Amino acid sequence: MADVIKCATRDAYGKALKALGERDDIIVLDADLAKATKTIVFKKEFPDKFIDAGIAEGNMMGVAAGLSTVGYTVFASSFAMFSAGRAFEQVRNSIAYPKLNVKIGATHAGISVGEDGASHQCCEDIALMRSIPNMVIINPADDVEAYQAVLAAADFEGPVYMRFGRLAVPRVNAEDYKFELGKGVTLRDGKDVTIVATGLMVNEALIAAEELKAEGIDARVINIHTIKPIDKDILFKAAKETGAVVTAEEHSVIGGLGSAVTEVLSELCPVPVLRLGVEDTFGKSGPAVELLKIFGLDAKHIAEKARAAVKLK
Amino acid sequence: MDATKKTELKKLACKVRMGVIEGTFNAKSGHPGGSLSIADIVTYLYFEEMKVDPKNPLWEDRDRFVLSKGHTAPALYSALALKGFFSFDLIKTLRKPDSILQGHPSMRYTPGVDMSTGSLGQGISAAVGMALGAKLKGKDFRVYTALGDGEIEEGQVWEAAMFAGNHKLDNLVAVIDYNNLQIDGSLDEVNSPCPIDEKFAAFGWNVIVINGHCFNEIDEAFKKAKEFKGKPTCIVAKTVKGKGVSFMEDKCDWHGSAPNAEQYEQAMKELGDALVALEV
Repeated sequence: MADVIKCATRDAYGKALKALGERDDIIVLDADLAKATKTIVFKKEFPDKFIDAGIAEGNMMGVAAGLSTVGYTVFASSFAMFSAGRAFEQVRNSIAYPKLNVKIGATHAGISVGEDGASHQCCEDIALMRSIPNMVIINPADDVEAYQAVLAAADFEGPVYMRFGRLAVPRVNAEDYKFELGKGVTLRDGKDVTIVATGLMVNEALIAAEELKAEGIDARVINIHTIKPIDKDILFKAAKETGAVVTAEEHSVIGGLGSAVTEVLSELCPVPVLRLGVEDTFGKSGPAVELLKIFGLDAKHIAEKARAAVKLK
Repeated sequence: MDATKKTELKKLACKVRMGVIEGTFNAKSGHPGGSLSIADIVTYLYFEEMKVDPKNPLWEDRDRFVLSKGHTAPALYSALALKGFFSFDLIKTLRKPDSILQGHPSMRYTPGVDMSTGSLGQGISAAVGMALGAKLKGKDFRVYTALGDGEIEEGQVWEAAMFAGNHKLDNLVAVIDYNNLQIDGSLDEVNSPCPIDEKFAAFGWNVIVINGHCFNEIDEAFKKAKEFKGKPTCIVAKTVKGKGVSFMEDKCDWHGSAPNAEQYEQAMKELGDALVALEV
């Protein structure tokens, strides 16, 4: 495991934007956070196609909407807190309602923001964006997936919310991985329980599955990178074949992946579903890796939930 | 502006106002007051100023109009219908379930509507984005937006104003419908954004103050805006809420209530008489 590559998904965002820069239709907006969101990588290469909207996220979303109506594919970037949070209503009314071709690149999502603390640790963004019609939500597990997700979003006509992290996280996908919008990925087969994970929790789910294997629990691991529209088929099949499900996400247990999975399964194939995420609480300051443990967002807690889920079968 | 053209615009504005009354009466809801105050400006835009093609509403090089004060959609719909984007009969379907005319403008429902608006303060940002897009693409189309004077209490308006000023978007014109009334009362009684002209000037805009019901002044202002280089233009149009219908004029109660049958008859008679007077 010594040679596991670690990279933040926000870095992949910057690289993917740079790769898209040759396209005439691409414009990138930021709200005075280019160095943090990594849109600076694009800005350096394509300064004429980069617009800094300043510390005014609401206006940035509206400007993005206006630019898209004249034929641009617009990437609007800020932290998750200010993209989905502060600018929620601009995203809803000026982008999603008219179904405009704006991609929201939201970095610094979740507890793993670290030292900046609760004001910047957005654990509500998936819930907020999921409630908006026409919105597609992608939460990549690693840099390989993030890079491809950005390219896929650029080719998709309509609004997309892309959630990226600040923390460098282990790469779980191979270089030749093919991202398919809206399709869950079974990373490990299993028959006793299914762990449905998203974002940086996918790697933890794989570790948990190894731990469970030693105890004789055969866990399936599914990566849900596209939270909306969610892959109902893969969830239905997993629930039917394994009879118990655990969800794992670096987001509030309210309204995120856990909610999305329970909504699907309660209608299609009711089985026990246990949700692991940030409980109904705000984050706090601290080193990201430590915080993830403090908030129970690790393999150990996933394994605990899995054992409990199996007992509920 | 020559007399014939001016009379023509006055007649069209009168028809736009009739559409506002017809629409809100049939819908039994809507916003006649602000629709009537912006009617002359909207008429001028669609019948004198803007390059648009009713047969090709999505024409790439057309001028754009964003009704940031989206609640006054009846004025926009009436102008679009008179221009030929859709049948004027549809005005009667305003706000009804199967109508293409939503309570607030939607670009996905209505041909000719360039941006979905309604949530105050948001339209101007989209207009700014369109104007920036024109500059980036090297296109010469122009972008117009209309805001309410109450609407500019929204902080986003000033984010957009700052951005447009900094980017020197001289292909953008924002009209402020300065009728001095908002839902809860006069601007002073609520939360006055005045002085409007000085504020926009401070944000890097070319500012022109006019009587928003005088076509000579409207014409002159838009011509000056077109000639002005290096700054976006803000036209502060002093208007009368409810203009053209005697009992609606300068009454904030007519912000968001529809006329009843009796009021409808009277309003249509007044506007009809005004139209006849213009014919002679």
